This record gives sequence, structure tokens and C-alpha cells, in this order.
Amino acid sequence: MSAAEGQQHPISVYLWIWGLLFVLSGFSYMVDYLQLQGYLRWSLILLFMFLKAGFIIAIFMHMAWERMALITAILLPPIALLFLIALMAVEGEYIFTIRELIFSIVDFIPESPHH
Amino acid sequence: MASEAIASTAETRVGSIVNDWSDDKQTFQVPWGKAMMWIFLLSDTFIFSCFLVGYMHVRITSTIPWPNPSEVFALSFGGQPIPLILIAIMTFVLITSSGTMAMAVNFGYRRNKKATVLLMAATALLGAMFVGMQAFEWTKLIVDEGVRPWGNPMGAPQFGSAFFMITGFHGMHVSAGVIYLSIIANRVRRGDYDKKGNYETVEIAGLYWHFVDLVWVFIFAFFYLW
Repeated sequence: MSAAEGQQHPISVYLWIWGLLFVLSGFSYMVDYLQLQGYLRWSLILLFMFLKAGFIIAIFMHMAWERMALITAILLPPIALLFLIALMAVEGEYIFTIRELIFSIVDFIPESPHH
Repeated sequence: MASEAIASTAETRVGSIVNDWSDDKQTFQVPWGKAMMWIFLLSDTFIFSCFLVGYMHVRITSTIPWPNPSEVFALSFGGQPIPLILIAIMTFVLITSSGTMAMAVNFGYRRNKKATVLLMAATALLGAMFVGMQAFEWTKLIVDEGVRPWGNPMGAPQFGSAFFMITGFHGMHVSAGVIYLSIIANRVRRGDYDKKGNYETVEIAGLYWHFVDLVWVFIFAFFYLW
């Protein structure tokens, strides 16, 4: 099956990406070690995370060399998750705001997390 | 010349989607095992996403502060606590295992039986080390820190259930992967794939293993670093 031969790449490709993943992981760890905060922290965490994920999928999992039909069938559906994340984040913020409001006014209800 | 190649690649890439989906026999022109593994991994992506989004929601809505992972997961070696050191080592171990797995697949396609078996065994061993470290982490949290799915002394009570659920499912996937890789490595050693004529099964096992590493990349970012 010719597909098998198409999967062969020089080992050096994997070694380079492997090294790159270590470097990116090191950077991710430094974000916490240096105690960066706020938007800088979040944007760096996300950046390194997506870079690492991208390299693992594209190179280690071979996606970069696959046919477009397979690439789209697998990588497009997770885009729906972005909507889920956005909706849940918006709803979450709303619930948090409401809880702060109600828990501060309604003093006689004990603020117990156990129901 | 280069731009010609790129243009024709873009055309044939879109054209190839149309061709593949309108094929009369099969859409994905890859071994069926590979297509199935990818589809399984896609479903698993949604499962882990449910857990991570659930965790996100619970953490956002918590009026009680969430425990600081840098502090919770710090280890001290006779002096200052080093934040997240065990988690950093676990990440290192898993990424190394992905590296050895990628090399195993490569050697498999070169029909180098010995290298493939050794590299797959190394991958499985690193995976087992990862699970061991995760078990140590769990023990420390449950026994020493008093973390339970319903509460903990450090902050929001949902921390425990989110942590155990997410890392538990991931650890279970790693453990299953260690067993899976060991079985396939043994088949390679026995010569099953020389007889069969191809080492695709090694690549398919590799896809699963890289997925396990991929999930850890997300867990590491969202649970431990955030």
C-alpha cells in the first residue's frame, strides 16, 4: 500500500519537534515560576498550549501529511467546542455575579456549599 | 515554480476533498484502522472537553476562592517549595514518551523490528512512570492535604472533584495506552507485521499515544497553570 511509504520522513524531523516541545514546555513552566499574572499570564499559557498541541497533531500525529478530507473531518468539528466554551464562560460570569449579589444580601441563609 | 506548486497544491487540496467525499467506495483513502482511530480520538476530544468546560464553569461560578495550584502542587526538597515541579517532570516524561513513540513508528515503517520494539517498550515504561507519579500526587492530596471530591481545607470544595475526575480519566487513558502499547510491541517482536507486510498498526497505536500527550498539554495549561 503506497500510503505506508508516504509516511516515512527523516527521523530528524521528529527530533527537532521533540526538542521544540521541550522548549515550549519549559516556557509554559516559566510562566508559573516567574509568577506572571493577568492577561500576560493567560495569553502566554494559551499561546504555548496551542503551539504544543499544533506540533503534536501536525507532526507526531502526521496530520500535516494527510489528505484534506481526513484533516477537515477531524479538525473542523472541535471548532464547535469554541462555541460551548464561550457560552459556558458567559453564563458562568453571570452566575458568579448573581451569586455575589444574592449571597451578600440574603444574610440569614448560611453560605454552605453542602446541600 | 514554487508559487505554481503552491497554487496547484491549494487547488488539489480542495479538489481532493470533493474527490474523496464523492468516491463510490470509500471516503478516507487511509487504512480503515487509522480512520477509525482518528474518529475515536475525535470523540474522546469531546469527552475531555466536557470535563474541562465543566471544570471551567464550576471554577468561574465559585464564590469561594479556588486553591492555588502552584502552592497545592509544590514539592520541597528540604528547603524552599518548588512550584509544580512534579507536574513539570510528568510533562517532561510524557513528551519524551511521545518522542520515543514517533521514532518507533518511523523505525516500524523501515521494518526495523528491534528498534521498534525497544522504542515502544520505552514509551510504555515512560507512560507507567507518569501514572506512578500521578498516583503519588493523588496519595499526597488525599492523605496529607485532605482533598475530597466534596471538599478540601484550601478553598472551593469543587476543586477535588474536578481534579480527580480530569486527572483520573486521563490517567486511565494513559494506563490503557501502556497495556495497548505492550501488546502491540509484543506482536512486533513476534514478527506479526513482517508477515502482514506493513507496520500500520504501530502508527495507529502511536496516534492513540500522542492523543494522550495532547490531552495532558491541555490539562497542564488549564488546571495547573491557569
